[in-house]
Amino acid sequence: MDLRLDVSQRGEWSIVEVGGEIDVATAPRLREQLIALVNEGHHRIVVSLEAVDFIDSTGLGVLISGLKRVRTHDGAFAVVCSEPRILKVFEITGLDTVFRVAPTLDAALASEG
Amino acid sequence: MHAAPDPEVVELALPARPEVVSVARLVVGAIVASDPLFDDERGADLRLAVSEACTNAIQAQLAADERTAVPPVGLPILMRCTVGVGCIDVVVTDHAGGFDPSTLVPHPEVTDPARLEYEGGLGIPLLRMLTDHVEFRPTGDGTEVRMRFEPHGDPVRG
Repeated sequence: MDLRLDVSQRGEWSIVEVGGEIDVATAPRLREQLIALVNEGHHRIVVSLEAVDFIDSTGLGVLISGLKRVRTHDGAFAVVCSEPRILKVFEITGLDTVFRVAPTLDAALASEG
Repeated sequence: MHAAPDPEVVELALPARPEVVSVARLVVGAIVASDPLFDDERGADLRLAVSEACTNAIQAQLAADERTAVPPVGLPILMRCTVGVGCIDVVVTDHAGGFDPSTLVPHPEVTDPARLEYEGGLGIPLLRMLTDHVEFRPTGDGTEVRMRFEPHGDPVRG
């Protein structure tokens, strides 16, 4: 199953760059990665979906749980996405008003969240 | 007067495993890509809706298999895709004992902070938004999700 996760650190932000398809088969890996970061004390997380070809409700659910986890630590959570097909999924579910969705990684890191 | 051509039908029996949802997407993606009335955006809608329906079916089937101590377990999910004139119909069927969407307790609105308590609950609303018509029918031993997709927008301009 095609899911790539690349984790890096920039300042106080942890950046999770996701590639491939996020669905019921692959979303658990992203969930585990986000849980691990929070458990390690990383409470400012950016998830980049720039290399994601597909996301479904399972993937959105994992992002919701990530947001919830960092909020319990007064942290910040942002999503990077500029691909219209992926943005549409956030828009039609209304989650574009829940997540801070930035068009670029720099824009996400520049904001306070 | 010309008779309408017979609809093309593609049927797929999928084992109830999460890994096969991508196969369902691949198949419906290829079908919709070959229909000039459907643009890329509508094709993406179709792939997502079918993915949601198959995910629900597989999760229901796996849960039913866990509850069932006696065979038959591991029954496949069936996907039937019919390419008609100006529409594509997709039916996803499971044998998981049945499901009544009217009994679902609605989650808080996404803008309500309490919504963060729920990871799930987005699949059925997505199905309703992405299809032109969707129906959940009991089949006796499971559920049939019947979806209709029509082209949207102007495919000539993409």
